Amino acid sequence: MFELRDSVVVLSAGLLLAGCGAGDSAGGGGAAAASEETAAPAAVVDPTTVGTISGRIAFEGTPPAGKPIDMSEEPTCAAKHPGGARTEEVVVDGSGGLKNVFVYIKEGLSGGPYPPPTGSPVLDQNGCVYEPHVLGLRVGQRLTIRNSDGLLHNINAKPTANRTFNISQPTNMETTRSFAVPEIMIPVECDVHGWMRAYIGVVDHPYFAVSAADGTFQIANVPPGTYTIETWHERYGTQTVQVTVAAQQTAEVQVTYRDQMAQNAVVPLGQPIHLHDHPAGARAGAAEGGR
Amino acid sequence: MGARARAPGVVCVRGGVRPLSLPDAPGASEDRSCSPAMPSRYARGAGAQRIQCTQPTLRTLRTLRTPRTLWTRTFPAGLIATSLALALAPAPARGQGAGQGQEHPGKAAYDRWCAGCHGIDGRGDGEAAAYMLPRPRDFTRALYQIRSTPSGELPTDEDLMRVIDEGMPGTAMPGWRTLLSRSEREAIVDYIKTFSPFFAQGEAPQPIEFGRAPRATEEALREGREFYQRIECWKCHGEAGRGDGPSAPTQEDDAGFPIRPADLTENWHFNGGGTVEDIYRRLRTGLDGTPMPSFSDLLDAGYMTEEQLWNLAHYVRSLSPPEPPRVRDVIRAARVEGALPASVDDSAWAAVERYYIPLVGQIVVKPRWFAPTVDGVWVQALHNGEELALRLVWHDPSQSPDTAWLVWQRRVLETMEPREGGPQPADGAASAASAVGSAPAAAPDGRAGAGAATTAAPASAAVSDEASIDLARLPDAIAVQFPRTIPRGMERPYFLMGDARQPVYLWRWQSVTAAGAGGAQDPSEGLAIEATARGLTRIEPLPPTSQSLSWDATFDRGEWRLVLRRPLATADTVNQLQFRPGEPIPIALFAWDGSNSEEGTRGSIGTWYFIYLDQPTPGTVYATPVVAAVLTAGLGLVVVARAQRRERSGGSSV
Repeated sequence: MFELRDSVVVLSAGLLLAGCGAGDSAGGGGAAAASEETAAPAAVVDPTTVGTISGRIAFEGTPPAGKPIDMSEEPTCAAKHPGGARTEEVVVDGSGGLKNVFVYIKEGLSGGPYPPPTGSPVLDQNGCVYEPHVLGLRVGQRLTIRNSDGLLHNINAKPTANRTFNISQPTNMETTRSFAVPEIMIPVECDVHGWMRAYIGVVDHPYFAVSAADGTFQIANVPPGTYTIETWHERYGTQTVQVTVAAQQTAEVQVTYRDQMAQNAVVPLGQPIHLHDHPAGARAGAAEGGR
Repeated sequence: MGARARAPGVVCVRGGVRPLSLPDAPGASEDRSCSPAMPSRYARGAGAQRIQCTQPTLRTLRTLRTPRTLWTRTFPAGLIATSLALALAPAPARGQGAGQGQEHPGKAAYDRWCAGCHGIDGRGDGEAAAYMLPRPRDFTRALYQIRSTPSGELPTDEDLMRVIDEGMPGTAMPGWRTLLSRSEREAIVDYIKTFSPFFAQGEAPQPIEFGRAPRATEEALREGREFYQRIECWKCHGEAGRGDGPSAPTQEDDAGFPIRPADLTENWHFNGGGTVEDIYRRLRTGLDGTPMPSFSDLLDAGYMTEEQLWNLAHYVRSLSPPEPPRVRDVIRAARVEGALPASVDDSAWAAVERYYIPLVGQIVVKPRWFAPTVDGVWVQALHNGEELALRLVWHDPSQSPDTAWLVWQRRVLETMEPREGGPQPADGAASAASAVGSAPAAAPDGRAGAGAATTAAPASAAVSDEASIDLARLPDAIAVQFPRTIPRGMERPYFLMGDARQPVYLWRWQSVTAAGAGGAQDPSEGLAIEATARGLTRIEPLPPTSQSLSWDATFDRGEWRLVLRRPLATADTVNQLQFRPGEPIPIALFAWDGSNSEEGTRGSIGTWYFIYLDQPTPGTVYATPVVAAVLTAGLGLVVVARAQRRERSGGSSV
C-alpha cells in the first residue's frame, strides 16, 4: 500500500471519479488551480488566500532502538555525545511522534511560479553526525555544508536524477552546493565515518517540511486547493494522503507509521519526481484526504 | 626457461590452448601480443561453458612482464578478469546494422568489445561483471572516476577517450588504443554517452585548469607530507600510504560494492595513472562513484594553495618507487660468510637484492577468488653454505585476524562468492575449529633462533571444506613452494601445490595459531611449518622430526615482513628439498589475507620462478691469478736474463 506507484494509481482513479461526480464541490480548488494555470507566468501565489497544512506523524507500537555508534576512532566526536551516540533511523518521542519524516506536496500544484527560495539551509557535520538528519531543499537553492568538527569529513552525495558530488572538508569550513532537478530522496554519506548519513529531499516548490521531534510539521502559505501529500521515512517508506486547503484556513493531516511497515516498505532513494505530470489529478481534486 | 621470449597470446579454453592472433583488431601491434582482447569467437568455441584458465595462462601472464605498457606488466589479475569477460561476452548482435539502418555507429563495436563487462544496456552488468571488483562502470549513471572536470560534472570526450585508450590500471579495464581503430574508439565514446540522459543536457563539460607541476624539492615533499597528515589522507590511505587507514574496512562505492583505498606506494595500480600530474588531477577532481573526494574546495576556501596541493601530489608520488617493479625469473641468493640475518629488520637485509614476484587471484580451483588482496611479494635471499634465509615483504592492509575488518569480510564474500559455492561465513566464534584450525594448529614454533621442532604436528591439516568458516579467526598466511627434489629437466610439479602424482614441498607461515586467534596483534603469535602438498586443499605437515624452519615476522602499517630460514641439508631427504648451490631451484609463492576472507583456495597464487644459490667461490679463483702472475714474472725474468746473456755473449763475439 505504501508502494509509490500503487498509491498514485489508486489516487488518480479516485480523483477522476470524484471529478466526474462532484463537480460543484471541486469548484473552489479546481477554479483556483485553473486560474493559476492560465495566469501562470506572472502570478505568484496570492498571499491573501493562502492556507496552512499542519499535521503530525505518529508512530504506533514500540519503535526499534537506535544502534550505538562506535566513535572511538574520533575522540573529538565521541566527546560531543556524552551519553553515547546512536543511529537516527527511527526517532520517536515520548508522545509517539516520529521525527525526520519528509513531507511534501506531491500532486495538485499548478506548477508555479513560486516565490524564490530564501536562505541557504545548513547541513552541519557536528559530532560526526549530520544535523539535520533529514533536510528539504528547493531546486537550485544553495545548500550550505558545514564542518563543525574540525576533522576530516567527506560529503558524498549520491543522487541519481541530479549530478553527484563528493567533496572533502578536512577542517572547519563551509561549502555550498545545489541540485538541479527534483529528487526524492538524496542520500548523503561520509566515507570516513561509515555511520554518517543524511537525506535531502529536493522539490521545485516551497511546500515541504520535515517532522520535528514531536512528529509535528507545518507547511505554510499553501494556495487553496486539494493536494496529495507524500510522507517519506527512511525505514518505513512513503504514504500519501489527500488534503484540501481552504483560503486562510489550516488543514489538519495525521499520518501513522507502524514498525511492521518496514517489511514491505519501498523507500524511494534517488528517484526523480515529476511533480506536474498529473494534471488530471491536480485539477479534479475533490476527494477528502486522509486514510 | 624462455619465459622472457614474447610468446604469442594464448587463450585457454577448457582442456586446450590456442594461439591468439587478434584477427579482427585493426591496428593490433606486436606490443600487445598477448592482448586482453580475446575475441569472443574463441570463447564461443567452448560454448557457454565457464572458461577455466589454467597453467598456460599463468605462463602467458609471465610473458606479459616484458611489454612496455604499464597495465599489462603490472596487472595480470586485470588481464585474467578481462580475458574472462571477453570470453564470456555475448555474441555481437549480427544483422542489426544491416536491416535497420539507424543503428548507432558505435553499437557494433561496443556490443562486441565492451558489453561482456559493461552490459548490452551499459548498466555495468555484463556476464563477466560478477567476477570483477571493482565492478565495470555503469554508464547509465554517468559517474566517471577519471575526469578533468570538477566533482559531479560529466567527463569530457577526451577524458573518456583516455580511459578507453589507456585502460584503468588496478582494474580489469584494458587499454584499447592499439586494438581498435580511432574511428571505432570515437564511435564507442559517443555511444556510451547515449546510455545516460545527462550527456544530452546542458553545455559540454569544461575541464579544470590544472596548471603545471612545480619542482619536487625536498621542501616541497616535506610540505606535502605535512598536508598528508593535516587533511587526513591517512584516515583511508594509512600512515605509510598502504591503503590501511582506520576507515579502510568500511569503504564502498556508489553501487554499494566494497572498495579499497589505493595503496599509494604502488602507483602502477592507480586507476587514473601514476604520474604526479595524474595524482594532482585526482586530488582536484575526486574519483566520482568512489569514496575519494575532490579537494578543490580547499583551494576555493583558501585553506591551501594550488602549490601546496601540488606538493601533496609530489609527496604521494614519492611513496612509490621511480619505476614499477621489473619481474625477473631467477632470484639470486648471494652467499655470505657467518650467520644469516635472523631478524626481519636486520640492517644486513638493506644491501640484499630485492625481487618482485607478482601474484594473482586463484581462479582455477573452485571456490575461486577474483578479489585477492596480495598482488605481489618482494623476495630477498641469502645463504651461507649451511642455511638459506628468505625475506618476504608484502602489503596487506590488516593484521589478521582483526575484528575491525569483519564487516569488510562479509561484504567481500557476499559480493564475490555466491556463485562459487564456497563456505559461507558463520557468525560468532562458535565454529572455532574450522578456519584457523584448517591450518596445522600445533606445529612447532620455529621462531627465530628457536631451532628444531619439538611439538607434535596434527596428523592432517587438510584445508577446511566445512560449510561455514569463522571469519573472525582467519589469519594472514604465506606459502613458499618448492619441488621435493631439484628437477633435472624442465618438468616441475603442478604449480598449484602439486598433485597426487607429484607432490610439492611447502613452507607455510601464518600470522596466528589457532590458539592465539581472535584478535591477537602480536606477530610472535604466528606459526611456520613445513608440509607436503598434493593440491591446494591437501596440505599435510611433515612429522615433527622434519620441522626445521626458523622464522621472524613483523607487521608494520600495512606491510608484513617475514624471514624464513632452513638448513640447506636435512635428514628427511624424502620430504624435504635438499638445497644445493649452483643449481636453479623452482620456487613459487602463495598468500592469503584473512581479513579479506581468504583461506584455502581463496587467495593469491603465483607461478614457478627459480631461486639460485650462489656457489662458494672456489679457492682456485684466488690462487690462479697469483700463480699466473708469478709464472709470468718468472718467465719474464728468464726471458730477459737469457736475452741479456745472449747479448753479452753475442757482443763479445763481435
